[in-house]
Parts: sequence; C-alpha cells; structure tokens
Amino acid sequence: MSSKRVVWNEEACIGCRLCQVHCVTAHSRFPGDVLKAFKLDPQRPVPRLVVEETGPLSFALSCRQCEEPECVKSCLTGALGIDRQTGTVKVEEARCIGCWTCVVACPYGAIRAGAGDHPVASKCDLCGETRSVPACVEFCPNEALRVEERGV
Amino acid sequence: MRYVIIGNSTAAIAAVEGIRRVDAQGAITLVADEAYPTYSRPLISYYLEGRVAEEDMGYRPPDFYARQGVQVRLGVRAARVEASSRRVVLEDGDELEYDRLLIATGSRPLALPVPGLERPGVFYFNRFDDVRALARVAAPRRKAAVVGAGLTGVKAAEALARVGVHVTLVDLAPYPLSAVLDPAGGEMVRRRLETAGITLRMGCALEEFVGDSRTAQVFPGEWQDLKEKYRRCLVGQHRLTGVRLQDGSSLQVDFAVVAAGVVPNVEVAEGTGVEIHRGILVNERMETSVEGIYAAGDVAEGWDLVRKERRVIATLPNAYRQGEIAGVNMAGGNLAFAGGVAMNSVNVCGLHVASAGLSNAEGPELEVMVAGDPPRWRYRRITLREGRLAGFACIGNVGRAGILTALIRAEVDVRPFQLRLLDEGFGLADLPEPVRRKWDWERGERSWASR
Amino acid sequence: MALSMRVPSYQVHRNPQRCIDCQVCVRQCTYGVHAWDEDFQAVVADDAKCVNCHRCVVFCPTGALAVTPAPHTFVPNANWRSDDLREVYLQAETGGTLLVGMGNDRPYKIFWDHLLLNASQVTNPSIDPLREPVEVKTLLGRKPDALHLSGGGLQEPLPPELELEVPIMFSAMSFGSVSLNTQKSLARAAVEEGTYWNCGEGGLHPDVLPYAHRAIVQVASGRFGVSVDYLNAGAAVEIKIGQGAKPGIGGHLPGEKVGDEVSRTRMIPLGSDAISPAPHHDIYSIEDLRQLINSLKEATQHRKPVGVKIAAVHNVAAIASGSVRAGADFLVIDGFRGGTGAAPLRIRDNVGIPIELALAAVDSRLREEGIRNHASLVVSGGIRNSADVIKAIALGADAVNIATAALIALGCHMCQMCYRGRCTWGIATTDAALTKRVNPDIGARRAANLLRAWKHEIKEMLGGMGINAIESLRGNRLALRGIGLSERELRILGVSAAGE
Ligand SMILES: Cc1cc2nc3c(=O)[nH]c(=O)nc-3n(C[C@H](O)[C@H](O)[C@H](O)COP(=O)(O)OP(=O)(O)OC[C@H]3O[C@@H](n4cnc5c(N)ncnc54)[C@H](O)[C@@H]3O)c2cc1C
Ligand code: SF4
Repeated sequence: MSSKRVVWNEEACIGCRLCQVHCVTAHSRFPGDVLKAFKLDPQRPVPRLVVEETGPLSFALSCRQCEEPECVKSCLTGALGIDRQTGTVKVEEARCIGCWTCVVACPYGAIRAGAGDHPVASKCDLCGETRSVPACVEFCPNEALRVEERGV
Repeated sequence: MRYVIIGNSTAAIAAVEGIRRVDAQGAITLVADEAYPTYSRPLISYYLEGRVAEEDMGYRPPDFYARQGVQVRLGVRAARVEASSRRVVLEDGDELEYDRLLIATGSRPLALPVPGLERPGVFYFNRFDDVRALARVAAPRRKAAVVGAGLTGVKAAEALARVGVHVTLVDLAPYPLSAVLDPAGGEMVRRRLETAGITLRMGCALEEFVGDSRTAQVFPGEWQDLKEKYRRCLVGQHRLTGVRLQDGSSLQVDFAVVAAGVVPNVEVAEGTGVEIHRGILVNERMETSVEGIYAAGDVAEGWDLVRKERRVIATLPNAYRQGEIAGVNMAGGNLAFAGGVAMNSVNVCGLHVASAGLSNAEGPELEVMVAGDPPRWRYRRITLREGRLAGFACIGNVGRAGILTALIRAEVDVRPFQLRLLDEGFGLADLPEPVRRKWDWERGERSWASR
Repeated sequence: MALSMRVPSYQVHRNPQRCIDCQVCVRQCTYGVHAWDEDFQAVVADDAKCVNCHRCVVFCPTGALAVTPAPHTFVPNANWRSDDLREVYLQAETGGTLLVGMGNDRPYKIFWDHLLLNASQVTNPSIDPLREPVEVKTLLGRKPDALHLSGGGLQEPLPPELELEVPIMFSAMSFGSVSLNTQKSLARAAVEEGTYWNCGEGGLHPDVLPYAHRAIVQVASGRFGVSVDYLNAGAAVEIKIGQGAKPGIGGHLPGEKVGDEVSRTRMIPLGSDAISPAPHHDIYSIEDLRQLINSLKEATQHRKPVGVKIAAVHNVAAIASGSVRAGADFLVIDGFRGGTGAAPLRIRDNVGIPIELALAAVDSRLREEGIRNHASLVVSGGIRNSADVIKAIALGADAVNIATAALIALGCHMCQMCYRGRCTWGIATTDAALTKRVNPDIGARRAANLLRAWKHEIKEMLGGMGINAIESLRGNRLALRGIGLSERELRILGVSAAGE
C-alpha cells in the first residue's frame, strides 16, 4: 500500500496563507468559489493546515499521515482511523465527540478543533475524492506544497 | 500460537490490533464480563445525555472481531488464572488454554467507605450498564448528588444537568478536577459548571447516603452485582432520600452517582505469582513477572515517563499504547514502551480542558509559568523540571497542545524558548532549528528516538 | 514633527463585497499599506504608503483589490508637473538626494519604435521556421583578421569565444542588488537555454557555482569577490566601467543589505557599506585599461574572453574604439534606459544617450576603423521584446543583454522601489523572508520561457525576411527603415526612411 501526504518546502513558503483560504473553500459548501465560501457558508470550516512563521522561516503544515498516528491511538471513540484503501488518517465525523484528545496527542499540532455547533476534529483529508490535487497544493502561488507518495 | 485476552475495552482491542500486526494466523480468544461488543467508555456520558445512540457507542465497527479473526466470549467473567497449566478459568466453568495471556481487565470505581453506599439509588459511572440504568432515573427536575469532582464526576454531572436533573457536585477537594488542575484552573471549571446550573459543594466530605427505612437493608454492594442493585432501584423497591455531608448539612436527592476514582481490577491475577502492587506490575514490554502473562491498560502499573516510577495511568490513550505494545510482543515482536504520560482532554460544558504530565504540581524542583485570562476562559500553565517540560494544562484553547505533549516525551531542553510555551500560538517554528529538523514522530517515539 | 506636505500618489480600492478578510494582502505588502484593524474588524489601507507594486492585487484570492492613481489632482501645469512638485516636497523634508530604482522612465524618444523591419515578397521567398532550420546561434569574442591554414588545420588556435544558442544574455545583476533566488533563477535559465548570465560586481555565491560555466564574472571598481578562482570559475570576464542608469557614478550597497551571505560573497565585513568607487582607481587611460585586460587574460591563461562594459555617453564611439584597441574581446554598451538597483534620480533621468544611437555610432566607428571583427558588440538598456532584439542586431549588435525584461518575467511590476530593499516580489532584496518569494524553480522556468518565446519570434521575423541565419542580418541596416525620424537621426542610425 502506498499513502499520500502534502509536504512543504520551507525555502519556498512565503507565509501568504492562500493555502488556508483555498483549503477552507474546498471544504466549504461552495468548493471552488472562494467568495461564496467566505460570504455565504454559515458553517465555514476552519483551515486544515497551519501556517507557521518566525522571522524568515515559514511553512504550511498539515497532517503527516503518520504510519503510527498518535491521534488514532488516542481517539476516545474510534472516530479516527487509517483508511484501508488510501493509507491516510481519516476522521469519521459522525463518531467524533469533539473531546480534542487527538489535538492534545498530535506531535505536529496538525489536528484542529473544527467549527460549527457540534465541532469535530478537523485535519487534512487530501481533499478526499473531490479533487485530483489537494486545493492547497494547486493554489500555492509559489509551489511550496506538493503531494508526496510513500510506500508503506 | 493461542492468545487469550481478558477484557474487551481499549487495551484489549489495541492488543488484538497489535497481535495482528505481527501474527495474522494465531488464534485469539477474548473474554469479557460486559455483554456488549467493545464500546467507547467515555461515550457513556454522551449516551446519558442522549447525544449518542446505543448503536453508535462502538469503539470499533461491528465487524471488527470477524475481520480480525477473534473468538469472543462476552458476558462471562474470568474467575482466575492457572499460570502453571496456562489456563484461564471462567466463571461458567469453561477453561481457555493460552500460550500468551493478556490481562486487560481495566478498573472499577472506588467504593467509598461511606455508610449507605449499598443503597439502591446510588449509582456508579463507569460502565454502559451504569448509564443505561441512570438514563431511566435521570429526568428533568429530579435531584441528584454526584460524589467526586474528578473527570468522570464532572462528565456525569454535566450529562445529568443536560437532561434537566438538578445536580449537586460534592468533593472533599477545594475545586473540581483537582487531580489535574491548579486552583486558578479549577476555579474556571467551577465557574463553568455553575454557569451550566450545577451546584458545587467543594471541600466537603460525604458522610452518609440516607434512605428511608425500607431501604436500610444492607446490600452486598459488590460491583459485579450492580445489575441487581440497579434493578431494585428501578422497580421502585427502594429509595434514596438524601445525602448527609460532613458539615452536618443534608441534601435531598432522588439518586446519587459515585465517581470517586478507580481501582485496578487485579483480582483475576491473584494467586498466579504475578507481582501486584496497586496494579499489575509490567515492564516496558508489558510483561508481568510471570512468563507468558502480559497486562495493559487501567489494570497495569507501568512506567510513568514523567514521574519516573511505575504507576497506574488510567487514561484511554495510555491503555491503547500499552495494549498495542503488549499485543506486538505477545506475537513475537519486540516493542518497548518508553513510558506513559498521563494525558487528558475533556470538554466541560463547552470549556475545553487539556492536561498532561505534572499539570498542577508545585515543588522546589519545579518551575511553573502561567498565562492567560481566566475571566475570559483562557488559561495555560506550564511546568518545567530541570529545563525540561514536565507537564501542562490548557484551558479554553487547547489548539496544538499535542506539540507540548510530544515535548514532554522528547525530554528536550526547552529553556531557550520556554516563554513561548505559554503562547497560544506556540508551534514547531518556535523550536530550535536542530530540534525542529529532527521532529519526526511518524512512527511514534521510535522515529523520534532514532533521530 | 511638522506636517508632511506630500499627497499619496496612488489609491487602493478594496471592494467590500469581495473582501473576505483573509489578510493575504496584509502579509504580502512590505510597505505597511494594508493592515488589520481590530476596531473596525476589517482590513484597512494607508494609501500614502502604496508604491503600486501590484503584489496585493495579484495575490488577492477574490480580486477585491485595485490600485489606481490617486484621484486628487494638482493644478494642471505643463511646466510644473505633479512629479516635480512631489520631488520638491520630499527633498524639502529630507534634504537628501533623490534615489530611484530601475531605468530612466522619462518620455524620451524610443528609437526602436521608429524603426521598421523588412519582409520578403515575391522576389525573395520567405522561410517558414517550422519547416526549415533558421539559425540563431551566436559566437561572441575576437575574430582573427585572417585564418592561416597549415596541414588541413588552423595554424593558430582561435581566440576564446562564447557560444550562445540565442543572442540574448542576462545583464549583470549582483547578489545584493538582487536576491540570490533571482540570480539562481536567471543562472538556471541561462544554462537551460544555452546562453549566459552575469553575476555582476557582487562575487559568486557558492549556490550559483553549479551555473558558473555559463556566467560572465564582473570586475568592477570595488573589486568585490574578485580572486583567481572567481575569474576562472566563469565563462568570461567583464570589466565594468560604467552603467547606463548612472554613468559616472559608482555603486553603493548600504550596510543593512550586507548580511552574512552578501558579506561572504563580496569578501567584505558584515554590515559594512559596499562602495564601488565612481572610477577604477587604477584606470585613468586606455593604456591602463589595456593593462587590466591583459592582467585578467593572464590570470585566466587566455582561455576566457575579456570584455568591457561602458555606459552610452556622448563620446561612446571613441571610448568603444579605444577599449577594443586595448584588447577587449567584447564590448557591452548600456544605454540610458538601462535598469539599476539604485541610482540618483537626476543622474538616471538626465545622463547618457539612447542605446539605439550609441549602437549605430559604435558599430559604424569600428567598421570605419577596420576593427569591428576585433570585438563583439553587446547592447543593453531598454530591450523590451524580440523586435527590439532583432532591430539591435540589424543595427550592428552581436547580441543583447536583458535585465528589466528578465526581472519582469520573474514578477517585477516596475514600481521602481528597488533601492528600498523591500521588494514585494522578492527580487531586489536580500531580506531572507522576501527572497523566498522568488522560487528558483518557477523563476528559472519563467525566464527560460521568455528566452524561448523570443527565440521563436526572432526566427519568425528572420524567416519573414527570407533570412535563415541571424549572422546574415547582423549589421544589415538595409533590413531597417526609419519612421518619424529626422534626417539627422536617420543619418546617425544609418538607415533609410520608410518608403525610400
Ligand atoms: C465516564 C468515563 C469517561 C472517561 N473519559 C476519559 C477521557 O476523557 N479520557 C481518557 O483518557 N480516559 C477516559 N476514561 C478512562 C478510560 O475509559 C479508561 O482509561 C480506559 O477505558 C481503560 O481501558 P482498559 O482497556 O484498560 O479497561 P476498561 O475500559 O476498564 O475495560 C476493562 C474490560 O475488562 C473487562 N473485565 C474486567 N474484569 C474482568 C474479568 N474478571 N473477566 C472478564 N472481563 C473482565 C470489562 O468487561 C472491560 O471490557 C473515562 C472513563 C469513564 C468511565
Ligand atoms: S476529538 Fe473526535 S477524533 Fe479527536 S479524539 Fe475526540 S472523538 Fe476522537
């Protein structure tokens, strides 16, 4: 099995956070329309990647799709798991109770509290099956993000 | 290879997954006294609230056992283990032979040494059966006392309050979650609970569960007989009328929930030669002192990475880690657990509280830093020991606290950036370059350690 | 502090219906125009700081931004233009010389736009470059007066030459004036497209050494970074006498820009001002220049062409002639529209002459003196497109250098603020965070694309004229006609008027 993940090039990341804008859009009710996603979606999702910055250093961090994910092992309900098909770490949103144990377990800080009335764990899903290339990768203006495929 | 696992919760399930990482063939038999397929224990408060239905309680999907090739014996208790002949004797007389045995019997609520504990109307908050019973007495405008303002008690109080019960939370400690929070943090939780309509009686010990005369009859009170006790309560044969507190005051209540801590279920290991302290003593491979017998989860007393001693860490993530390592090693693999870190994240009436390690400790060898704005529901407490992160508590915003948890495990010198630890925006970019470069946890501590 | 009397030059328009408060503009602007206002809970703009660089406009994910000239107007005055007033206000405030970046932006006549190319009709068939080869390969360097053969070979080896797959090179831009990533981008594009880049007077950073075989290394009046290894690392050596944007003026890289990397590359102390003196202190005559040329040739064992770069000034033809006689293998002539990282405004806008006229004058002079073959002629300073290139070649150039066009390919929007070191496009800066804005992978791709596109166009135009090798166009002024030019201008350019 091989698994994919988004990797960053900190030499090229300029900290603009367009990746976040497009991540939010891709996971909103209006994927593909930034304006509508931000203006019309009452439950606008949170970005699934974090842009870190200190001095000249910046990088856009998202789930590492760990082989041995702390979040999955820590999840109180079993909502988190490794997808058997894709090898990626996946949240079964209906089963997540928003306890954030996974947030406190992830060594990368790559899982975030979601938005909405019943917030669930929010993490990179590589844009699921909806896009061939994750939105952050496609829209990074400086090609600082790419998809890496790993053999497992 | 024949594997027998006693228990059907986190540690047991993790062990199955651990075994199957190494051994796809071996015969696994799992036995548990609870009659349900594996369920998420923390979900019981959500079930009580009505937020999670019974069919959504599963810790694993229904086809888990079939897929993993596990024989299950649910609803039957393991009475004892005969280590010399490598057999587990079940309560119904059956015997299971094993080559490798895992004891993952978890923990049970501490039975408070308080008169009247046996009375019907006094509930525990630990098992699915507890909340199934509670769900039938918990009705709007009823009154309840929850004894113990630890994590379980607080979740019980919240769930009851959400269904409309008038809840009084009683604890000897001066504030709730005192096991993990300092006074300032505990104060925030107290405020939040009060906002949710819960009455708190802190610093106040319970003297007695009071019932009317008909219920004075002493009930055996053993935890395995709870079903019968609950049944009697539900059919209305007995009634709890109130609780009496140490200061002489009394509360009128319709029922009470006891959540005063847990004790490991070690009994099944007694008489086997397995070394038992508070829990079953295990080494870093989750082996007990008897060959072929392993223990993991709330029942096990393994290495605590922060306290540097063997200790029972009764949290779910720890149960999983220990169970998985036990499973891998039982199947012939070789994994060592660097140690557990007590780590918790809980949502108290919408206020998120996360803690790990020495989250509330003080002492001459510790350096404590705090930041935040408690009135506006923000608080962060960092505990350092010898320049290393030894614990933290985050209240309000727990975002990215996992980096802190990993820093505890990594045991790196945090002095160069220690003030940043207090910042909610603390991230990997704050780590010194060499640490950041080797920040690899993709295969857990093993990737970190290998760097 | 007394009131500043300046007024904003530009206005930032934010369409509130499209603004999503993502603050990408806030993070992209390096001049502090955009800011998040906690009280308004909105992004606000300070027009006065805007330099019209378009970074925010390009980056805004919803197209919510536009920058226009400020709507207020000065009283119309043909003599006192708004810029004149603004400059006086500023100088009255600061008491300083006005600095500026990029090239002369004044509305002087652009001679390229008054020259027209020929095309074949009926009597001489045109060539379709998609079907037939059209050669644009160019060799730079001294050509011998005659070839002496013996035993089926040359008696003497040919002087060293540069081989260009396209007659376009990248002008000298030092690391310091531009970011290392900019240099890397151009260096990689030059290697890919078989041409040359020029490291300028800032030395060679270790990161660009892999591309040094396609580099022309400069020796300027400051001698920054010059060593025997440096001279031998490049493909050719260029002595920089002057630069079109600021003839007669040296260079000044302020100490703030001399960080770790720049200091090491230039071999000067950290944080010290890097001052290139106006003259070379060892060159006061053509004879002195000859000495330096010879020393450099010795230092490189006569294996590398050595050239001289001069600014196009009034007596450019005589200076060019002298330089060739001093032994230069190639001459680079930089016109008054040439770009720069920083120049005094008055100098940039008022000193020097157009490259078109300088080129024609130099080419004619060298021909007249019979030494045109002794050196190749490279021109720069305002080459905007492939038509300018082909016209330059017809006027007599062997090749052209481009700088501004190359930077535009990398994103430059010509705000002319290079001297401030805050280039929003990551080009004219050494700030580590801003440098990252040029990703060398993208930069190299874009610069190479530009070279390829121009090469295609040049072949098309050559084919249209029925010429199958650029060599046949070189100095062929019959291929050009002037339009809207005076008799005198036509004479200097050596071209006939359209219709003649
Ligand atoms: C209400 C509640 C909320 C919680 N919330 C959190 C939380 O937010 N975060 C957190 O980290 N932890 C939480 N916990 C603790 C967590 O549930 C335990 O740490 C975890 O379940 C331990 O798993 P375990 O497998 O060791 O044992 P247990 O979950 O205690 O399971 C023991 C298993 O053994 C079986 N068993 C016991 N004795 C026998 C016997 N003699 N024969 C056969 N079978 C036997 C039982 O049927 C059961 O299946 C919570 C617990 C409760 C009760
Ligand atoms: S927040 Fe959701 S996914 Fe994360 S541990 Fe809790 S239940 Fe599991």
